[in-house]
Amino acid sequence: MALAARAPWRVLEGFGGAQRAAARIAAPRDLEGLRRALHAAREERLTVTLRGAGRSYGDAALAAGGVALDMTGMNRVLAWDEAEGVATVEPGVTIEQLWRTILPHGFWPTVVPGTMFPTLGGCVAMNVHGKNAWRVGPIGDHVRALDLMTADGAVRTLSRTQEPELFRAAIGGAGWLGVVTRIEIEAKRVASGRLRVTPLRTRTLRGMFELFEARSGAADYLVGWVDAFARGPQLGRGLVHDARYLAAAEDPDGRAWLDPARQDLPPSVLGVPRSLAWRAMKPFSNDPGMRFVNALKWRLPERTGRDGSYLETHVAFAFLLDYVPGWRRAYDPRGFIQVQLFLPDAAARQGFERALTLCQQRGTVPYLAVFKRHREDEFLISHGLDGWSLALDFPVPPDRDRLWATARELTALTLDHGGRFYPAKDSVVDANSFARSLGDRLTRFLALRRTLDPDALFTTAQARRLLPGCD
Amino acid sequence: MSLRFQRAIVVGASSGIGAAIAQQLAADGAAVALLGRRERELREVAHAIERAGSGRAIVAAHDVTAFDSVAPTFDRLLNELGGLDLFVYAAGVMGSVAESEYDAAMDRATMMVNVLGAMAWAAPVAAHFEAQRAGTMVALSSIAGERGRRPFPAYSTSKAALTAYFEALRNRVSRYGVNVVTVKSGYVDTAMTQGVKGLFWLIPADEAARRILAIARRGGSPSVFVPARWGLVAFVVRHLPSAVFRRLNF
Repeated sequence: MALAARAPWRVLEGFGGAQRAAARIAAPRDLEGLRRALHAAREERLTVTLRGAGRSYGDAALAAGGVALDMTGMNRVLAWDEAEGVATVEPGVTIEQLWRTILPHGFWPTVVPGTMFPTLGGCVAMNVHGKNAWRVGPIGDHVRALDLMTADGAVRTLSRTQEPELFRAAIGGAGWLGVVTRIEIEAKRVASGRLRVTPLRTRTLRGMFELFEARSGAADYLVGWVDAFARGPQLGRGLVHDARYLAAAEDPDGRAWLDPARQDLPPSVLGVPRSLAWRAMKPFSNDPGMRFVNALKWRLPERTGRDGSYLETHVAFAFLLDYVPGWRRAYDPRGFIQVQLFLPDAAARQGFERALTLCQQRGTVPYLAVFKRHREDEFLISHGLDGWSLALDFPVPPDRDRLWATARELTALTLDHGGRFYPAKDSVVDANSFARSLGDRLTRFLALRRTLDPDALFTTAQARRLLPGCD
Repeated sequence: MSLRFQRAIVVGASSGIGAAIAQQLAADGAAVALLGRRERELREVAHAIERAGSGRAIVAAHDVTAFDSVAPTFDRLLNELGGLDLFVYAAGVMGSVAESEYDAAMDRATMMVNVLGAMAWAAPVAAHFEAQRAGTMVALSSIAGERGRRPFPAYSTSKAALTAYFEALRNRVSRYGVNVVTVKSGYVDTAMTQGVKGLFWLIPADEAARRILAIARRGGSPSVFVPARWGLVAFVVRHLPSAVFRRLNF
């Protein structure tokens, strides 16, 4: 396999559409093909970038030179153990494939991100979280075991008892240690295909925190949406959605809703076909337009029953981003970046207030801001802390440097408040800040990387930016 | 608006139009990678550039028909130049056949240099330019590609193919801010035209290079005749009925 000479080229884009790179591409179909590709890359001194569905926002799955391995072809569900509620999958299996496989059996993936299109390999490599992060942790907390193919082509099985340090490094390790080739993942038993959702409104950022605190004991999912344009006394105003699983008695009809056909998203949103909806959003994709949309969203009442709640399918609640396919095209041609601030509990109230104010002062107001609660986890490259996150979507302005300057200020603010960064979202953090946020955890990670991948075979564009000595 | 090319790769820079383009780019302050089979000639061009004092030349002996060496060479040069703004494909051969002569090996060699070599280079260059949403690609095609010509069957075919390929490329990447320029030149006084009879409107390679760079610096993605008056010839030639064209020696 002559990769350097013969591999086809593809222009790869981060999900935000603000960063791209040309790379050689290879698409292994099985372990042997993968091993051959790694061997060829090593022989030819090409770096390797692993790419799943390409849903990381920035440059996490971009190759700066070298070869990108498109892992979506390794997409078989290998086993489903109903008694244990454990699925064994190849890395290219998507969240969508997983829920469609297990929901008819009365199970739902314990952790899902806001879209169903990512691959499990990508989700594990980035250690993604969902709207239940404070309760169940990131996806890694539900991985029972995984296989990792390292630079030498050997496959190791990792778990909490088998090479636990490497297990904690590989999950969240952003594909910088090797290729996750098999994942055993636990799912959650559900009695109904629906959730009971209660929408709540708050006028202030403090109110947002208070709603979460009041409900985090009983809710299964909590997600906050913040109108980042609101200022002054209304700074941080927004909506909170509280969702809870339903016991069989609470939703007698619930079993019927386990049918994937009943979970599918409706073909239109407000009368506009979903596939065209992003075009309807396009005229609003500017500061005044988004100020209006955010204000409207904050005010518009949702249809609820007398108790202030409604029933919604898992898919409709979990995968809000998928309602409008191609919504990110509304940010064309310059795209957008996301900055997700993870701050510890003690610092988050002040930190988020400063962050929102800073964005407004700099004239770079995020068009979308999402608020969540998190908990500590055991992984080495970890964004999980006992605290909170605020994810900010910024359109890239014609003067890109202006946004990057704001983003750098947000990086500094995160560090000042003892916060963390999240490679799946990140486009802007520098190696020094990344190292400071992780401290000893990164040292331990890099020690493993030096042992397992001494030639730095697994070096993504993001690794060049975040890890020392990758340039 | 005039583009300023600071880092360029010129394939086929050892002589003729390619060499002249490389020298003029360097004179304008660019770092230029000179590629061609003949290293000695490349070095002479590089020396001329260094003597002139502005710009910088990198010499890379390279045979475009060694297809597997194209992408690795591209990697290396991209690295050495520190990026790329301009790519010029000036490599080309023109074998002619005598009356009643048929030479498949020569035809194949012509296609390999003029077409397959260009495609081999276009892939990594276009991918790189598309990703950076900028860049200019120039192909030296020829008016010979307008019709299949009696003395140059493979050459006409190769230039028609090159023109079509660059048209496809233009349609693919111009939407991403990449300029794709096809230059269909008439007769230029180079080694290629030595000894060919019946030439007219012959211009020196220097002048052809000047005109080509002026077009590329203007931006956009034109497909143009150089000099422009050849457009008139092309128009006539294209519209000559086959029954007439086949009787000519043109």
